[in-house]
Amino acid sequence: MSGRDKMTTEDENEGRATGGDAMAAIPPRAPSSVLDGDIQAKIGQHLRAMYDDVVRQGVPNRFLDLLAQLDQPPAAGSKKPGGGAGT
Amino acid sequence: MSNLDPGLRDEIIGAIPNLRAFAISLSGSVDKADDLVQETLLRAFANISSFHPGTNLSAWLFTILRNLFRSEYRKRRREVPDPDGAFAATLTTSPDQNSHLDFEDFRTALEKLPPDQREALVLVGASGFSYEEAAEICKCAVGTIKSRVNRARNRLGELLALDSAEDLAPEKPMSVSLSAPERF
Repeated sequence: MSGRDKMTTEDENEGRATGGDAMAAIPPRAPSSVLDGDIQAKIGQHLRAMYDDVVRQGVPNRFLDLLAQLDQPPAAGSKKPGGGAGT
Repeated sequence: MSNLDPGLRDEIIGAIPNLRAFAISLSGSVDKADDLVQETLLRAFANISSFHPGTNLSAWLFTILRNLFRSEYRKRRREVPDPDGAFAATLTTSPDQNSHLDFEDFRTALEKLPPDQREALVLVGASGFSYEEAAEICKCAVGTIKSRVNRARNRLGELLALDSAEDLAPEKPMSVSLSAPERF
């Protein structure tokens, strides 16, 4: 119900470097109701909980393996010995 | 690109959990997300010389990941996101019943956001980037990021308020306060 829809037009400026000034155009969130604040707080909590749950899983082995592989000097250590000429 | 500086490698490893979380929020699927992260790491290694030491490695990696996702997303438009929700699949802890319900609602609402808004919200609200950094990652103006985050929050607020109003069930007496005063 507030004039928040104004912000829609602002996005149209996408890429047009408006610099940090663009934010001046954003009306401060109306302190309309406690309800709003409650929900906003909940949104923040849920968002972080969701995200952190993944973060807490750490680094899956597949990535550690990949990095170890990538970090190897290309062919420097050479292949197995004895791979040379055939019989 | 010979051997990587160990410090840099450790920093890259340290960024992986965050990259995964971001990738899941973008792609809506854990498998897809891990592929994205893998591709990101390959790109990062191949282009490590274009990274300026001392600058924000995390933002650099996020930018690569986002670009990869964008170019792929354009290719195959909409590839049916995991119907059960990617984040749900990754849940390691089982929250109690009530907050689990809340969580479901939230996840569903988050998936309804336009990708632009969702990524801005996640970068600023969860990954911990500043508006400036998020703008750099998304290649847009700082004001644009701000307005996207605001719109994302407002939209989520609407969706969640609706939900709460709908299941203003006996289960959640606390949400009684959600029956907005303007109604009566």
